[in-house]
Amino acid sequence: MAILKATKLSKVFGGLKAVSDFSIDIGKGELIGLIGPNGAGKTTAFNLLTGVYQPTTGEIDFDGKSIVGLKPFQITQKGVARTFQNIRLFSELSVLDNVKIAYHFHVKYGILESVLRIGRYHQEEKEIEERAIKLLEIFKLSDKKDEIAKNLPYGEQRRLEIARALAAQPKLLLLDEPAAGMNPQETQQLMQMIKWIKEEFDLTILLIEHDMQLVMNVCERIYVLEYGSIIAQGTPEEIKNNPRVIEAYLGEEVE
Amino acid sequence: MGKNKKELLSLVACIALYAVVQSLIMLDVIGPFWELNLILICINVILAVSLNLINGFTGQFSIGHAGFMAVGAYLGAVLTVKLQLPFIVAILGGAAAAGFLGFVIGLPTLRLDGDYLAIATLGLGEIIRITILNIPYVGGASGFMGIPRYSNFTWVFFATVFTVFFIRNFINSTHGRACISIRENQIAAEAMGIDTTKYKVMAFTIGAAFAGIAGTLFSHYFYIAHPASFTFMKSFDILTIVVLGGLGSISGSITAAILLTFVSAALASYPEWRMIIYSLMLIVLMLYRPQGLFGNKEISLKIFGRLMGGNKRGNTQGN
Repeated sequence: MAILKATKLSKVFGGLKAVSDFSIDIGKGELIGLIGPNGAGKTTAFNLLTGVYQPTTGEIDFDGKSIVGLKPFQITQKGVARTFQNIRLFSELSVLDNVKIAYHFHVKYGILESVLRIGRYHQEEKEIEERAIKLLEIFKLSDKKDEIAKNLPYGEQRRLEIARALAAQPKLLLLDEPAAGMNPQETQQLMQMIKWIKEEFDLTILLIEHDMQLVMNVCERIYVLEYGSIIAQGTPEEIKNNPRVIEAYLGEEVE
Repeated sequence: MGKNKKELLSLVACIALYAVVQSLIMLDVIGPFWELNLILICINVILAVSLNLINGFTGQFSIGHAGFMAVGAYLGAVLTVKLQLPFIVAILGGAAAAGFLGFVIGLPTLRLDGDYLAIATLGLGEIIRITILNIPYVGGASGFMGIPRYSNFTWVFFATVFTVFFIRNFINSTHGRACISIRENQIAAEAMGIDTTKYKVMAFTIGAAFAGIAGTLFSHYFYIAHPASFTFMKSFDILTIVVLGGLGSISGSITAAILLTFVSAALASYPEWRMIIYSLMLIVLMLYRPQGLFGNKEISLKIFGRLMGGNKRGNTQGN
């Protein structure tokens, strides 16, 4: 059963068609890659799926219900979490607080309870802290939990962003270039990590990536985007041999 | 339940402080001039801490705080003078009215960002003042006179303690973290499932309500509520305290409120030098410590906590 289904999405900025006829169908538990040359509209597609932009036309169904017109926070609350291409951490806050914030919409205690420190406040705060630390342990960040987020090395900031997205307890995780700026060794570790969290957290993952090796190795299916439209989809093997994809990436053959 | 021990401990400390100061006032060691300044300090603390919730923690630059203070000052006076209601009702009424106005105004204006929001709130503060100026029922341009002096050190002190506890505990909860995340990165906050509009309006409403309390206490100490007390200059005074103490630091706001009120009082006998010294002090501070006295750090009971064997983390800011 499809967990996310986008049908004929398009987005027009003034005269520019950033995305047109974008259709994608993701089944529960799949790990899908979205690739394409620079400026193909990958991030725009992500922004459409997460409600940052409203599609000009088209339909998006998540878990069988339309999510078109919902605000980003409502889509997150339905179970779609994301990371950003240009890291967007709460940079002046501690690593631990970054993760704790993502638990926000699962918290039940009200304002009165937090101000008077009664009722569910202490219990829930304790739970949040424990779960946040557990999550940081998975991402090997627990010894840096009191560090200010902006002081972390780049690779760790990327990991923290994924940890934070997972704290929102999504069903579908969208990763926007998770390996950008990482060295080959870090990329390798990240691949393992992505595969592992998918099983561990029972996730469906859609990732944008430029690193072909990463995409080919971890993704079960791949969509290829060029000039805002899907030009091919299939298993990594099929994509590798698809002439249109080769054309998009390497250019046409000279006669 | 040992969890609220720290809370109780700080409450006991506050009561002890109150007992000392109050007995000094009763014994006339603190004369009327310094008692007046103590009350001004407390009112400034309420104003600064509540504005800090909006400007420092939620990151929404508002400079119309005096307007909300005016609403509290006038509505409180109407309740006690015209309707003969008890003082506590006036305080709560002032808070409710200012909070409600903050909510109504916050909804449309908080769509704006940065400079635009600042200009809008500046305008709104003035609109509130001018509106009051034109209502004859509350005295118009000559001010609302004949307000009984219900405020005293006890009322003002405990209102201040309540404000500080309320806002500190709010900040150290998931709701406060939601506000702080808006300041840090609004897009990421939204992507983490936080209703940013709701929390911006909430911070604005709570901040306005406490400004209303400060206003009621203010008008019931000085016998009069006058439109000239609530100009944008007053808003800037509050903003100065917040920035000087550090955006996002409650301890900073408290320290700066005490410091600035004292400096102001100490220079009262040299009126011609007062503003010059005051401004020079601000310039020097901004040159050498642009993030304010405390930055976004807090002095907390953590230090005391360590001495007593506790090791719980102080607050969200990670001091």
